[in-house]
Parts: sequence; structure tokens; C-alpha cells
Amino acid sequence: MISLAGRDILHSWGKFVFTGVGLGLLIGATLTMAGVYRGMVDDAQVLLANSGADIWVVQQDTLGPYAEPSSLRDDAYRAVLGMPGVARAANVTYLNMQVQQGDRDVRVMVVGFEPGQPGEPGYLVAGRRITRGHYEAVADVRTGFRLGDRIRIRRHDYTMVGLTRRMVSSGGDPMVFIPLRDAQEAQFLKDNDAIVNERARTAANPSLNRPGVPGLLEAIQASQTSSRSVNAVLVQVQPGQDAEAVAAPIRRWKHLEAYTRAQMEEILVAKLIATSAKQISMFLVILAVVSAAIVAFIIYTMTLGKIREIAVLKLIGTRSRTIAGMILQQALGLGFIGFVVGKISSALWAPFFPKYVLLLPADAVRSFIAVMIICAIASTLAIRAALRVDPATAIGG
Amino acid sequence: MDGFGIRIEGLRKRYGEGDTVVDALKEVNMTVAPGEVVGLIGPSGSGKTTLLKCLGAVIEPTAGRMTLGDEVIYDDGWKISDLKALRRDRIGFVFQAPYLIPFLDVTDNIALLPMLAGRPNGAARQRALELLEALDVGHRARAEPSQLSGGEQQRVAIARALANQPPVILADEPTAPLDSERALAVIRILNRMARQYDTAVIVVTHDEKIIPTFKRIYHIRDGTTREEAGEGREV
Repeated sequence: MISLAGRDILHSWGKFVFTGVGLGLLIGATLTMAGVYRGMVDDAQVLLANSGADIWVVQQDTLGPYAEPSSLRDDAYRAVLGMPGVARAANVTYLNMQVQQGDRDVRVMVVGFEPGQPGEPGYLVAGRRITRGHYEAVADVRTGFRLGDRIRIRRHDYTMVGLTRRMVSSGGDPMVFIPLRDAQEAQFLKDNDAIVNERARTAANPSLNRPGVPGLLEAIQASQTSSRSVNAVLVQVQPGQDAEAVAAPIRRWKHLEAYTRAQMEEILVAKLIATSAKQISMFLVILAVVSAAIVAFIIYTMTLGKIREIAVLKLIGTRSRTIAGMILQQALGLGFIGFVVGKISSALWAPFFPKYVLLLPADAVRSFIAVMIICAIASTLAIRAALRVDPATAIGG
Repeated sequence: MDGFGIRIEGLRKRYGEGDTVVDALKEVNMTVAPGEVVGLIGPSGSGKTTLLKCLGAVIEPTAGRMTLGDEVIYDDGWKISDLKALRRDRIGFVFQAPYLIPFLDVTDNIALLPMLAGRPNGAARQRALELLEALDVGHRARAEPSQLSGGEQQRVAIARALANQPPVILADEPTAPLDSERALAVIRILNRMARQYDTAVIVVTHDEKIIPTFKRIYHIRDGTTREEAGEGREV
């Protein structure tokens, strides 16, 4: 038996292809939306993976350092290091800010880290690691910086000595790594005017500037201008140790919050990007409904254009299932063309998105199945119309 | 007349109920022998189309009896459960317009019927090519319907009607869109095919050009048929 659907598609391939391209662009948008969500999840996972930590120790009762602000004294890591099962512990700071790159502003996450400790960039694609204690930086290539470029962070200029890749914040902003001390200063230190004003206020406070207590005022002022805070302590556990078993005593005895990798992933994926995920899900549902409506409309219109032929087919004894199969195959054919166009177009335009778009093969398979199901459902309207055609209409009168 | 291709006895068709009842067919009696072409003539509203739909098993008559070959297919009710198979295998249709399937080429338009009946594609296409040769359009076998002239399309439609070698062909105004020469050519072909394939052909027509070619004519008026001899002019 010949394929009536296939012949019809070949006969009017131009109409099919153009319709399929239109549908494909819509499917491409749907795939891209899914890719945006996957990209957000991947950004979060990459952030955790790149930190090289098994446990994140943060301020008590916070979801820091990525989902909420967190501030710890920078000597807290010493106490953590002494806990059972801890192999390494290092301070780290995170600061989202806008930096100038050439003529444009770039939104980045400035990471303060200690070289050789957890939190440093995992690998470099160009240049070298930071070897000096101050004013050197390593940046993700997406910042647009090149080796040797100067980057201004707060009051100081840093020299770009290395470039890395896929080092982004949970929000997708590329990272700039600088030495911890510089980062603490950039994040917590006040500007000069504020320091002068603060000193004047402290000196004017009689309880802080007591006569007969030499050195008190200077000590207070020194503490106000020094920066002794970090956002988190990244912990690596000893081989064979269970991260949760190591984290529990830290929470209990150090009055700090300690999150394992699984818990941190839960915070980032389930909490931080939950609203965005719902937003994207809504878009996906709407796009799916629109796609179904378009396929239904197109197939229905095409079927109405063939009413006379369908009446003749029915009159000459064609089975209803053959006619239904023809319409269903056409709908699926349209969906297939649409999916191929959508897959290609989404792959072509995804790299131009400002944030990471991750197109997973598994998502493509799921989308293909969904497109086919949607097309099959959408064809029911046209099938119903075709099956209601009276074969007697082929006979005049 | 040796036997009959189709025989209709006391066929009636009533539409509606109560005050809206319409007797479209009151008393139809017809007999067409294998290889014979008869004309069915009548004014608008006389019941021609209703009769054609009843004969074509598209609508169910109200009463009467229809026999196809030696099998009773209707006797105050259908005696055959699969009417689609009946239409596909045992009744050929030729319409006023050819109504060829535009997305199939000429061969497959004809081969579709045997394929629908379950014949292998190769055998179905072979049958189609034989018919096309018999109808002098073998050279157009791979053409699309839109590439054919009106006369060629109508010949292909006749070939399609003959594809499953049905005992009867119902032709509904097959010459209406054609000029005299082509109309007579179609009748000539129908006569030749009817003889060649032993098929009974009923031609519903208004066409004054072809009426003199029938040897027998059934007039239908107010749902009742009346048989009379035709001129039987050679074409």
C-alpha cells in the first residue's frame, strides 16, 4: 500500500517545508527555553564543582554564601581545620559587582581566594596562576579580558595574569579571581572619606575616647578600618570521610552553618532558581499549547482543502483508519520537520545568548516525543472532520 | 440478455418523518446486463442522484431489492455488512468531474483501488498500466492529474472505476464538462470497456449529445422509472 500522507507531503512539499520551518522556529524557542533552564542549573552545579569544596561553612542561620549574604571572621577557618575529618579549609569571599572592560561594563563575581586552597580557579586556558599576594587577577574568558589587561576593582588596578573558562556565579556572571586579602578589602573596606568621618565620630564619642585610657581610641579606629571578614570557609574532607558526618559537629560546636554539597545543590537549584524554573516552565507550557494550536490549525485547514478527495476516497471504499492514518502521518511529518528545524535553529542561536544555554540530548529526545504527541493530539480535530465527511458528497446533486 | 449485472426491483427511498416526509424514490425497477451501457435520464429533482447513492451503497434505501451479479445485496435491508468493501470491489464510480487524487500520479490513482483491496503494489500497478493502455493514455502513466487534459482525466477516472473489475459502473454525468467530440469519445470508451470487461454501466446524464447513443434508456420522474428503447446510434 502506498503512503498517501507521504505522497501528499511530496506533492506539496513547499507548503509543508515552509509550515514546518515556521513551526520549527517555535519549537526552537521552546528548546532554547529548556536550554536556558538547564544552563541555570548547570551554572549552579559548575559553581559548586569549581569551588572544590565538600562542605561550605557559613554564618549561622543563613543560606550563604550564594543564596544569602554571609559574614564570618577570617580566623574561623582555624577552628574548622581542627574538627575531625577536615583535610583542608580556606577562606573565600564572593562579591558581585560591575567592572569596566574597555568601553563596556561587565557584571562579574569577584572571588577572593587563597592560592593553592579550595576556591581557586580549577584550570586555566591561558596565562598562569596568581603568584603574588596582591593586584593580580584571573578571569573567565566571558568577561572579555585578555592577558595583560588591567582591571579596576574598587580603588585598585589588577593585572590579568590568567584566563579560565566556565567559572560563573549561580546567576551566570563570569568570575574574576583575586587574592583573598585584596578581595576582603574590596568587599568590606570603606572609602577614605567614610573612614575619616568614622574616625571623627569615634573620637567625638566620650565613651570611646576616655581620658586616662591611652591607646583605646587608636585600637577602636584600627579595628574599624581593618577587614577581618570573609563570606565562607570552604572545606575539603579527608578521603573516605562522610561530608555530613564532618559537617554535623561544625554546626553543633562552632555556632556556624555547614552545608554539604548535596545541601548546597538543593539551595542553589531548588531554592535560588526555583522561581526562574517555574517562570520557564510556564513559558514551556504556553509554547507547547501554541505549537499544538498551530499544528491543529494547519492540519485542519489542509484537511478541509482536501474534503472532495477525502469524500472520493471514502466513496471508493477507503477505510476510515487509512484516512485517519494519512492525516496523523501528515501531522507527525510536520512535527518532524518542525523538530529538525527547531533543533538546528536552537543549536545555532544558543551561543549568542548572554547566559549559558545548555541543550541536552536527553532534552532533545524528550522534546521530540512531546512534539510527536502534541502533533498526534492536534491532528484529532482534522481526523474528526475527515471522518465526518459524507462519501455521498462525491456524487453530484 | 444473458443474466444481469445489476437488477433493481421495487426500490424505494423515503426521507424525513411525519409532515416532512419525502418519497424520493417510489418505484424503481432496472436491469442492466453485463457489457451493457444504459442511460438514466430525468429532470432535476426526479430522484437520479438519490438512486445513484442507493446503487452506490452510500445511503440505505427504504425498501426494495438489489441484486449484483448473482448476489442479493439489498432486500429491505443490506445483506452485506461491509459496504466499504462492496463499493471498493464491486462498484465502479465515474463522476462529473474526474476527482483524481492530486497527489498521486496517474498510475497510482488507478492502482490505489486494488491496493486498498489488498493486492500487492506490483500487481496493482500492472493492472493500472493495462487499463491505461486499453484507454489509450498509457503514455501518461507517470504524469500528475494536473498535467492531463480534461478528456485524459476522464479516461483515467474510467480506468480507476474499472480497476477492481467491478460488475457495475455508476457514471454520474461523465460528459458534462466535455465538448461533443470528447463526450462521444467517453461514451465510446465506456461501451468498449463494458464489453471488454463484462461490466454493466449506468450513465446518469442530461447530455443531449450522448442520449442517442444508448440502446436502452431509463427515464426517472417523481421517483419512478420507465424503460424505453434508445436509438443506439453508433459512436
